[in-house]
Amino acid sequence: MSSHTSNYTPSTGIEKWLDDRLPLIRFSKEHLMDYPTPRNLNYWWTGGAILTFMLAAQIVTGIILAMHYTPQVDLAFDSVEHIRRDVNSGRIIQATHAVGASMFFAAVYMHIFRGLYFGSYKAPREILWILGVIIFLLMMATAFMGYVLPWGQMSFWAAAVITNIFAAIPVIGDPILQLLRGGFAVDNPTLNRFFSLHYLLPFIIAAVVGLHIWALHVPGNNNPVGVEVKSERDTLPFHPFYTMKDLFAVVVFCIPFAWFVFFAPDILGHPDNYIQANPLVTPPHIVPEWYFLPFYAILRAIDFNFILDSKLLGVIAFGGSILILFFLPWLDTSKVRSGTFRPMFKWFYWVFVANFVLLTWYGAQAPDMKVLGNFTVADTSKLSVLYYFAYFIVILPLLSRFEKPRPLPNSISEAVLKPAPATN
Amino acid sequence: MCCARRGARKALQNQTSGRDSSTLATESNLAHNDQPNPGRRDFLYVATAAVGAVGVGAVAWPVINQMNPDASVLALASTEFDLSGVEEGSSVTIKWRGSPVFVRHRTAAEIEEARAVPMSDLKDPETDEARVKEGHDQYLVMVALCTHLGCVPVGDAGEFGGWFCPCHGSEYDTSGRIRKGPAPKNLVVPPYQFLSDSVIQIG
Repeated sequence: MSSHTSNYTPSTGIEKWLDDRLPLIRFSKEHLMDYPTPRNLNYWWTGGAILTFMLAAQIVTGIILAMHYTPQVDLAFDSVEHIRRDVNSGRIIQATHAVGASMFFAAVYMHIFRGLYFGSYKAPREILWILGVIIFLLMMATAFMGYVLPWGQMSFWAAAVITNIFAAIPVIGDPILQLLRGGFAVDNPTLNRFFSLHYLLPFIIAAVVGLHIWALHVPGNNNPVGVEVKSERDTLPFHPFYTMKDLFAVVVFCIPFAWFVFFAPDILGHPDNYIQANPLVTPPHIVPEWYFLPFYAILRAIDFNFILDSKLLGVIAFGGSILILFFLPWLDTSKVRSGTFRPMFKWFYWVFVANFVLLTWYGAQAPDMKVLGNFTVADTSKLSVLYYFAYFIVILPLLSRFEKPRPLPNSISEAVLKPAPATN
Repeated sequence: MCCARRGARKALQNQTSGRDSSTLATESNLAHNDQPNPGRRDFLYVATAAVGAVGVGAVAWPVINQMNPDASVLALASTEFDLSGVEEGSSVTIKWRGSPVFVRHRTAAEIEEARAVPMSDLKDPETDEARVKEGHDQYLVMVALCTHLGCVPVGDAGEFGGWFCPCHGSEYDTSGRIRKGPAPKNLVVPPYQFLSDSVIQIG
């Protein structure tokens, strides 16, 4: 809680001297050690540590890769091959960075869906949630630009398609498109600026992560029962209880990470990206990286004109599917945070999760593939898009009117002591 | 700080009180309460902000504009192409402004098929005649980028005999007009002209 006072007393002269000038030790002790944390946090609450670790891993491996990479259209593709074949340990470092992007997104999706289930976006954590959505957007931009750098076929066409999204904006679309690409098509200027921005954005992310943690430390953590901390009995100091739990989670997380890096570094990628970029030929089936597939499916599902033309409409749906998260704290009107105590919400939530997985699958299929009888992916994916938006715009705002939540425990400590609270 | 200054003024006032302290007192009121001339300070604020905004704008524009296509990109803005090598029924892809351009030498059947389509069937109604140069109806010159999100469509594919975009499934007919899928517009016909019977200049 913000009101807690630090129990740090500088013990040596040097500490005292430092504490009067830059209270770095006091700050660390308050926020990294003594920070009172709800005692009932489960492993879904280790996402923050895993994500911080991933950000650090991506920055370190990225800086190393930048020492060997050349952002020039004729050399970029070869320089990545050079890293993989010639640079000492380059094969592992490049694989760590590429697989790391996927692992980073896997962790961020777990973190977001944790927040969605346990109502972590509700008051007083709206700004915490909004900062999280900003980080997610920055991550998407960073990952996208990073994917362009190897200058393979998928890199090039990802750049072409994604920058083209901006051309859908009425009137100023085309000038914006040229401004982004630095030419009439994706070319060397585009690659150069993407490299520059790909190097910059992770540091912006790190800064927003700082704000995210600040916004976390003011109201304190949400927790699996969603009842606010009421007394000291409800909390444990962050260190050693959660530092150890987080560390263990990071180690477990690293097992699949290491497996991919060492045994299947390319399995998450696409073979077409090992063909050098060719502006004259689009690969027969282009798909984004797996972590963009749900949003890609949404973009693609809108293939009909409705007041606006299909392209602009698709882009609005695509952008809206993420931007709607900004409004979530005000769309979900239920006062109960944790999904555990919301019998109806639970069902809609798990359908939402299943629907999101389905959208991921749709995103990877050809649009004219038959799914059910004569219905193609293009047809059935519209239903998924509908549910995605209905969850936020219709279900969550109305649900609290019809739902009778289960009784909440009086406090976290009570919930911990009596895991199955009496219903009466 | 304001109060300190006011104190200093008071002290000054006291020192000179022998002469016309009443005038001085009025002056000090003037300076601090802005009452007789409130517009003057406001004007200074607005003027300062305006000059500042112009300065920021003057710096911001080059910082943004440097991202626009540079001189070397603009220098390659037009290209010439000899059509005589394109056999009837075949298509070539050339590069203009970094983008692919289809040049298709259509068969009579393809032209007929394109012209038989009623306007009401089209998402972006445009006659086939409007998409070619008169007297050169067999040559279809189009920027080879799907108007959805800019992939290169595949030729001789799709149910309309024209082009099929592998990215999101848009289909174009033998006149390059959008018939199905998420693309909103027909394939773009770039500005071009015939320099001679067989040579065109695009751009």
